[in-house]
Amino acid sequence: MEMRTLTGGFADTPREAAIAFRAMLEAMARPGRIFEMAGAAPPAPMSVAAGGALLVLADGTTPVHLAGGHDAPAIRDWITFHTGAPLVAREEAALAVGDWAGLLPLDAYRIGVPDYPDRSATLIVEMAALAPSGAWLTGPGIATAHRLNLPDVAVFRANRALFPLGLDFFFTAGARLAALPRTTIVEAD
Amino acid sequence: MTETDQYNFAYLDEHTKRMIRRALLKALAIPGYQVPFASREMPMPYGWGTGGVQVTASVLTPNDSLKVIDQGADDTTNAVSIRRFFQKTAGVSTTTRTTEASVIQTRHRIPEDPLREGQILVYQVPIPEPLRFLEPRETETRKMHALEEYGLMHVKLYEDIARHGEIATAYAYPVKVEGRYVMDPSPIPKFDNPKMEMAAIQLFGAGREQRIYAVPPHTRVVSLDFEDHPFEARKGGLSCALCGSEESYLDEVIVDDAGGRMFVCSDTDHCEGRRSQACTEAEG
Repeated sequence: MEMRTLTGGFADTPREAAIAFRAMLEAMARPGRIFEMAGAAPPAPMSVAAGGALLVLADGTTPVHLAGGHDAPAIRDWITFHTGAPLVAREEAALAVGDWAGLLPLDAYRIGVPDYPDRSATLIVEMAALAPSGAWLTGPGIATAHRLNLPDVAVFRANRALFPLGLDFFFTAGARLAALPRTTIVEAD
Repeated sequence: MTETDQYNFAYLDEHTKRMIRRALLKALAIPGYQVPFASREMPMPYGWGTGGVQVTASVLTPNDSLKVIDQGADDTTNAVSIRRFFQKTAGVSTTTRTTEASVIQTRHRIPEDPLREGQILVYQVPIPEPLRFLEPRETETRKMHALEEYGLMHVKLYEDIARHGEIATAYAYPVKVEGRYVMDPSPIPKFDNPKMEMAAIQLFGAGREQRIYAVPPHTRVVSLDFEDHPFEARKGGLSCALCGSEESYLDEVIVDDAGGRMFVCSDTDHCEGRRSQACTEAEG
């Protein structure tokens, strides 16, 4: 085990996790709006925001799926040491992290069941950058309309059609984070 | 070591907060749906806001300014003790001013002053299931929500009309959130229902019943009604005896042993704000 596995967690977990979670809560409540995350320093290629989101949400009860280039030994060790989350395949994951190409196809993830739509996966999508451009977002949490450079449109429209079932997404780039819950209506530019 | 240092920040352990935070995110993603969570025992009895306290503890940050109201008032036992609980365990600053608070925990009222972006309203909820008094079995109500089968609720409202000539439900008036889930807005007066379409985040915690639900900002919240008996958010046609407001929701206060009474604003901060403003204008 390398030294960098043991570092990169929150220095003052109760306070830093609270501040990081607040950004995630605001992001999920206001789809498409971009918020700042701080405190985590995960191994590359994982971003500060994605690492922070995992430190806030993941523990021994939340199976994590690592997709694409994120399924690397350094990241596996870091998540195991800091969260204790079991690393699993797509079908069993409560949380999944990776770039968009690595996370696809989405139909393998849990979307919840009619009695318990909350038993669905949350996907953390690593992006090159986040910007308020591209697809138009409307729906709960949005006063008129927001824009976000989503990696796709059709996929999110199909996910919206599953409501109240479906997947929920965080998008991360560096220290920035935005969210897209299953309720948001996505339209191409 | 100060007293605050003897507690983990905001009392709850990190494991519990993570579990509640995951439930809160799913609750926001499925507006109006009740997410089950592993409610903890809190150092206060059920019915005193254990659900709201757990939600507040999980969203609170060190920079927050916390306001706690009980039926609109900042100075009642429940509000004072919860405010002191977080002063002691989280060291956060507290306020009674609605406009200055970033997190507001409430029991049975929505403040009169409109809430803005960046604020969070946390409701204490006794019975989160709007269908519970119509169907006592959890297995059945869960199925009814899954199938969007809310006919029973409309029958209940119809029976109100048949018996009383109008919908007699005055508080905990059921709402439909974003056209999907029927939700109990907690026992707020129906006067407050239209305020639920707001710019702030609304989170609901039911400790004994172990449920968390949420309404994101700018979300459609429709009070159930009938075309020929539309919902009406009304109150008695009186004005506040202290500030004279005709718009705010009033409490009846007994003032002597002879049945004397007065009506005053239930929202104490709103009432004080109006009175001090009237004072300033009179002096100026």
